Order: sequence, then structure tokens, then C-alpha cells
Amino acid sequence: MRIALFATCIVDAMYPSTARATVKILERLGHEVLFPAGQACCGQMHTNSGYFDAARKVAANHVEAFESVEYDVAVAPSGSCVASVKHQHPMLAERAGDAGLAERATAVGAKTYELTQLLVDVLDITDAAEQLGSWFPHTITYHPSCHGMRLLRLGDRQLDLLKTVGGIDVVELPEADQCCGFGGTFSMKNSQVSTAMLEDKAENIRSTGAGLCSGGDASCLLHIGGGLSRAGAAAGTLHLAEILASTLEDPAEAPSTTTGATR
Amino acid sequence: MSSTFVGMPTLPSQRGHGNLHAEEPFPQAATRELGNTQLRANLRHATHTIRDKRLNVVGELPDWEDLRQAGSDTKDAVMADLPAKLEEFEANFTARGGVVHWARDAEEANRIVTDLVRETGSEEVVKVKSMATQEIGLNEHLEEQGIAAFETDLAELIVQLGDDKPSHILVPAIHKNRTEVRDIFLQEMPEVDPALTDNPAELAMAARAHLRKKFLGAKVAISGANFALADTGTLGVVESEGNGRMCLTLPETLITVMGIEKVLPTAQDLEVFMQLLPRSSTGERMNPYTSLWTGVTEGDGPQNVHIVLLDNGRTNALADKYGRTALNCIRCSACMNVCPVYERTGGHAYGSTYPGPIGAILSPLMTGIEAEDNGSLPYASSLCGACYDACPVKINIPDILVHLRGEDVKAQHEASRVPTEMDVLMKGAEIALSSGKVLNLMEKALPLGRLVAGRDKKIKKLPGKLAGAWTSSRDIPAPPAQSFRDWWKKEGRA
Amino acid sequence: MSAREEIMSRIRTALSDAPAVPEVQRTYRRTSEMSREQLIEQLVDRLVDYKANVDVVPAADAAATIAARLSAATSYVVPAGLDEAWLAEVPAGTRRVVDSAEQPASVADLDAIDAVVTASAVSVSESGTIILDGSATQGRRAISLVPDQHVCVVPASTIVQLLPEALPRMDVTRPQTWISGPSATSDIELERVEGVHGPRILDVVILEDA
Ligand code: SF4
Repeated sequence: MRIALFATCIVDAMYPSTARATVKILERLGHEVLFPAGQACCGQMHTNSGYFDAARKVAANHVEAFESVEYDVAVAPSGSCVASVKHQHPMLAERAGDAGLAERATAVGAKTYELTQLLVDVLDITDAAEQLGSWFPHTITYHPSCHGMRLLRLGDRQLDLLKTVGGIDVVELPEADQCCGFGGTFSMKNSQVSTAMLEDKAENIRSTGAGLCSGGDASCLLHIGGGLSRAGAAAGTLHLAEILASTLEDPAEAPSTTTGATR
Repeated sequence: MSSTFVGMPTLPSQRGHGNLHAEEPFPQAATRELGNTQLRANLRHATHTIRDKRLNVVGELPDWEDLRQAGSDTKDAVMADLPAKLEEFEANFTARGGVVHWARDAEEANRIVTDLVRETGSEEVVKVKSMATQEIGLNEHLEEQGIAAFETDLAELIVQLGDDKPSHILVPAIHKNRTEVRDIFLQEMPEVDPALTDNPAELAMAARAHLRKKFLGAKVAISGANFALADTGTLGVVESEGNGRMCLTLPETLITVMGIEKVLPTAQDLEVFMQLLPRSSTGERMNPYTSLWTGVTEGDGPQNVHIVLLDNGRTNALADKYGRTALNCIRCSACMNVCPVYERTGGHAYGSTYPGPIGAILSPLMTGIEAEDNGSLPYASSLCGACYDACPVKINIPDILVHLRGEDVKAQHEASRVPTEMDVLMKGAEIALSSGKVLNLMEKALPLGRLVAGRDKKIKKLPGKLAGAWTSSRDIPAPPAQSFRDWWKKEGRA
Repeated sequence: MSAREEIMSRIRTALSDAPAVPEVQRTYRRTSEMSREQLIEQLVDRLVDYKANVDVVPAADAAATIAARLSAATSYVVPAGLDEAWLAEVPAGTRRVVDSAEQPASVADLDAIDAVVTASAVSVSESGTIILDGSATQGRRAISLVPDQHVCVVPASTIVQLLPEALPRMDVTRPQTWISGPSATSDIELERVEGVHGPRILDVVILEDA
């Protein structure tokens, strides 16, 4: 299969290792990965901040970028960005009366998958150790991000895959379904409320005793990791793509908050 | 609360008036409320209790999603055909001896109710909890007119006795714990046993004793309504304590104030809404008492029966095609009970009668995004979507929040040409993120961030109000040496 | 322009984009297959959960059961249409007041009465709800409200599982009271406690063969 990678802006700029891990997983399965060079961002930050005109330009760029290459499916290591591509792009175009763009955005959206959606629903991956050779001998906990859970209805796809990684110990996160308080510019506009949410999330993570918290959205992990780091917690965050890509021969380190983004 | 009426005549007449605005910017109000640790503990306890109860009783029904869909569709259908449904209700209610009044706004509704009470000669009224009368500030108005209004719902009583404001639409005193309730009762109920404990059952008994005489002697009652059935002219009130039954049954005169959006097409629709509402609100299979009345029944209950149909900004909300489904709300309160923001700030931070996620959209839709501090309400959400999942009539609150943020940005840009800090940030991001080439150029500067980060590879403080707000409680990791895009190119890949 | 005309015209203007009117799909459960025993069992389970007292007895034992439930009462009120046989074993010394729309007891009278006995129209087992419709066997709404104890008779033939099965049996224009347990409140810390303004004691007598 020809798979177009939508790295997402935050992974591209801040967590390139997550994108490289995504590529590794797919290539290990024998697929061809391409990177549409025109891509930048899904525009969610603009949309969710009410800047629809700007958001539409960002969305239009995405649509163009993913129309300019031939592929079977597109994939992103982010539930939130995929939800934006699927739901918000057509909405932005419709609101502006651009039926043409709405139609094109819908077509791109229909071919776009969140990483575990692609792995489980399309590529039939149910056992990461067996099928991907995943090996990660650490104790982790897992935060299901809101948009993956409620907009994409990922259900237990992410958690179930993590549990099948070789050597891993996944401990349940109390109140896992509670938002971490990121919410894009919410974390700036309503920083105090966001912080109160973050503190509870961090406390729950600490209570598990796990050395790190995984998840499927780099933005939430950036937020959670930022809170853990500020609190001086021992635990860090790591995107699930890096755990799935980790093997006995080529293991991912379990990072602390201080090294999470730099590898 | 009556101070919110000041300056209203300058608002367009179609807008709602009354207790419907954010009174200060939400972040400011929220920060203050967050500092109240007792409040936070009370709210956390109450919201977590109700969440579990709701999940249990909802999980029991195999057809919950079918009921939600039917509820949502029924509401959409009513709204699309509202004039006909209201006319049908009016004709049926009138045919059975009820009297229908129409009120454009809060002032008109208050005037109508006051006149009706005056006609009876009574100088006091008993009240069943009603969001509509809270919204229009009826109690305050009646008081100014020399009419005493007694709230009879336990939580409303707590709020009234404590000279407080409701903070939740179902449990207005949710912000008070049992000990605080006991203290209010001890102070405000002259007849109460000084040995009263904070056991909720004992507190309920104190309320029973306090109100008993009022009920038995009341001549006039004022209620809201949970729904009106167009095809029969029936009204319904859903409650727990029996105070509703007391008010709806014993007095001679009953005046109901109800928003025009509460009408349902047929009596059959009760089979949907009476499954959705109790399970979503108190997390019970059914609330203890539901009363239905259709105009006047000879020899049973009030013989002088009125309804005031209230607009007060509802048509303003209806005119917004992206926001109108907010009117589908059946006031169950599930959205606020599951909301992580409400859980931490409580209802007072939202200013309006309607707090929580639904309030954050309803207040600006009814009274205008630019009115008072309404513009700050749609941002009072991380868009986590828990409210949409919980809503029994499937109101897509997150989408409407986003829509109203757009309205707010538009309104701000119309009001001022000076760009805000957010404008500048967004413009910069728009340029960077609308093109892979530009983003690539910007990413070349990533190593600079590593310098800022310093030795522990964390960025701990950024300038500016917005970015500074982020780093007030969160570190940012030092950026990588090169972007993924760069790496990909250097690898020589397509 | 009258308020009515103005509001109607505002609504019409608001709807000028002619939003679609969806067809309501009633795909939720509307019929059930439960046996009479299962219906009784479910109703009892729900009522007990609400802290009601429940007796399940043959119709022949109705009088004895009602009398036993009234043993602490010194007075009781009944609607004029109530089956006289149900009251046969209440001790003669217990004062009985018969109420009707034509000869209503005053609120003060009712306040001085300990208990009320009524029949019921329909019950919904799934939610534990008993519906009174103000007909002659159930009486005016005030009588089942003011006394502190409500003894309510439910013939098993009037029990259905689902609310959608109950409504077609009802005339919604009669004054209805749906009762699901004794009065209660969740207003303090969202914890339910029983017993506020309505009857604090609800005794349900289910007649298993009636
Ligand atoms: S918006 Fe939905 S969940 Fe919130 S109160 Fe209204 S009906 Fe309930």
C-alpha cells in the first residue's frame, strides 16, 4: 500500500522521532511511505480559536498537499488532527460557501486515518509483539486523548495495541477519560482552569507509579509532559508510535521529561 | 442580581434580558472561584457522585442511543415548525380553561405575572423551581412590587435563605456541602431545633417543617414547566420532593412561566423524554414525582390556570442556524455534571442563570455575543466533548462553542481595528502553517529554541500574556535539532 | 403589534432558511415480552430501591394487607370510587374520610389525616413508576399528597414493562401524577434521601392475580 504520512505540525517541529517511528512501523509491514512536501498543519488551532478565515487557508493548503500525490490512504499519529481533517475542513469550506473545497476536503478526509485506526481497521494488526515485533520492557500508563476517544471513537484500539507490546507493563490510569486541560489556546486563555485539570491528570499519572505516560496525541503529551516536568515528577511522556516502533534490536529509550523531545 | 437590568433598553429588543450574561470575563471569575478550596471539594464530590449514577442508569437501557436520536429529531422537528406547534398548544390549553399570555422579554413576563398575582389579592406566592423565572429575575421583581415569593425546592430554599445565587440548573445549591446547609438553616429558620445535625435526611425534614404551613395556606403558585404537549394542551413538571405537587395542586391560582422552546408535538413524545430526562439529570430510573395538567380540571387542583409563553431571546438563538439546536436543551444538567471546567469553577463563574457548557452557548445565543462579557463564555471549554456525549438530545455543544468563538472574533474585529495579542499570534501561525515551504523555513530556527532552553533542556518562561500563561505552569521541552521534514529530505526520500 | 404576533413573526423570520424537519424514528423498544411474574419482580425491585414498602399478595388478601399497612394510622382518606372490599378489615376505630370532587375534604382536613388508600391506573416496571390519573378509584390529587402515608394498590394486570407501553393506556388530559417511590431529594451533595414534602411512606400492594 502507498501510505501518505501527515506528520502534523507539532510532530514535525517538536517530536520528529514520533514521525520517524510511524514510518518505521509502516515500512516494517512492507508498505511504501511518502511525505507530501506541501503539508503543514490541519488548522485546528485557528478553527478552535474562532479564526475561520485563517483556518480555511491552512486547511486549503492541506487539501492541496494531499491531492498532489498518489496514495491509497493517509495516516497521522494524532487523533485530534485527523478529526480536524475529517470534520472541520469540510465545515470551514461550507461556511465560506466554497462547495468545491468542501467536496475536496471531504475526499481527503475520507482517506485519512489515525495511526491505530489504520493499523487495526485496515492493516489487521491486533498483536504488536507478534506482527510488529514491538518490544518495550517498561511500565507505562496511558491517557486516551479526548478527540481520539470522542470524535474518532477509537475505543480501546490504542490501549489494546499497547498491551500487546512485548515486555511492556501497562497500568491503568485513574480517571483516564478526563481531559488533560490542553484544548489548544484554552490552555492560554483559561490557563488557570487548564492548570487545575493538568494537575489532576499529573497526580493521577504519578499515582500509577509508571515511569511514563503514553498516548496517541503529541499535543496532549506535550501538555502533560510540560506539567509533569514543572512538577518535578519522575514520569515523562512518550507517543505510542515510538513504543510500537521499538524493538529488541532497535529499542526506544524510556525518556524522562527532560529528554522527551530531543532525540 | 437586579443590577444586570441596568442599561438594557439600549439592547435590541429581540435580545433576551435578565440574568443571562457573563458579568465579568470568564477567566477572571474562574480564577477567583478556583481559589475557593471548599467549593472545589464540594463540586468534585457532587459531580463525581452524579456521573457514576448517570452512567449506571444509562447503561441499563439497551436502546439509549435510539432514544437520544428520537429526542434530538423530535426537538429539531418542533423548532422547524414552532409557530404551528405553539398555536396548537395554545388552542388546546385554552379550550380546557387555561389562559395563555405571551411575553416578548423578561420585563413583559414579570409585568404579566405581577398583574395576575395582584388580581388574586394575594401578597405572597409559593414557587416551584423554574429556570425561566430565574432567568427573568421574577423573585426580585415581585419583591420590588411588594409580593413575597417563597422558593420551595430544597436547593432553591438553601440559596434563597443563604441570600446566594444558584450555581447549577438542577441542584442550585450544589456548591454548598451539608455542613454549610445546616449552618444556613440554623441561622435562617427561627423554628428549627438548635441540635440540627448535618445529616441530609434531617436537613430535608427541617425544610419540610419550615414549608408545610406555606403550602397548606398558599393561594397562588408560580411554576415553570419541563414540557408542553401541543396536541393536548398539557403541561408537565418533573420533580422529586413533592413541593411541585404541593404548588401545582393546592393553591387556587397557578401561573406557569415557560420558554417557547419547551413545546413537544404529541403526548407520545413523553415516552422518549421521560426516559431521557430523569436518567440524565438525577441519574435515577425515574424521578419520584411527575405532574401533568391540562388547563383546568373541575374539582381537582387550581381553577385559575395561566401560562406565560416567554421569548426573551429564544428567537434570537433560533435565528442562528449554527447555534439553534441549543434550544433543544431539556435542562437535565448532564453536560455540566460531566464538564471538567464546570467541575472546577462551579456555576457562578458563568454569570448567567445557565452555567456550564450549555450556558456557555445559550447565554450568548440569547443575549448576543458582544453583550457584557458573553464573548468570554465560548472559550470556557477545552473542547473535550464530554458534554456532547452526555447530552440526551445530542446537542453538539463543542461545535457551537467553536461557532460562537468565530462570532466573537468577528465582533471584536468589527469593534476595534487594533489587533489583539491573539490576533498577532494567529496571523503569524497562519503564515507559517499555510505552506509547507514557509513552515520548513521557520523550522530552520528550531536550534535557536535549544539555546533558550538552556542546560536542562526545558523552556520555563516565555514572554507575552498568552505564551507566558502556558509557561506559568508547564515547561516546554527544548526543540529537536532538526524537524522531521528536514530529516526526510536529508535522507533523500520522496 | 401584540406580543403574540410579534413573537410569531420573530420565529418566522428566524426560520426563514427553512430548516429541515426530520422524520422521528421510533426505533427504541416499544413492546416487551416479560411474563407477569417478571413484571412483578422488576417492579418490586425498583420500588424497593426507591425505599417503598412492597407487598405482593393474591387479591383475596388485599383487605388484610391494607389493614396491616394502616395499623399505625388513626385516620385515613379514600377516594369515593375505591373498592369497598379492600377496606373491609381496617379496624372500625380508624376514622375514614371519603373524598370526591363533589364533596372534597379541605386541605386542613387532609393535613389532619394520617394516611390515604388509592388504586392506580398503570405501572411501569422498568422505571418503578406508578401512574395515578385522578379517576374515581384514585381521587383528587390532593388526597394522595397531603397525608404522610400513601397505600397504593397495583393490580398486576396494570403493570407493563416500558413507558411506551403505558402511555397508550392513559388519557394524558386527565390530571396525572407519576409516582416513583416516596418523596425524595438529591439536593444536598447529590445524594438521594427519602422523605420531603410528599408522603414519606409509600406502601405498594401488588395484587398478583388481579
Ligand atoms: S445541553 Fe443537553 S446535557 Fe446540557 S442540560 Fe441541556 S439537555 Fe442536558
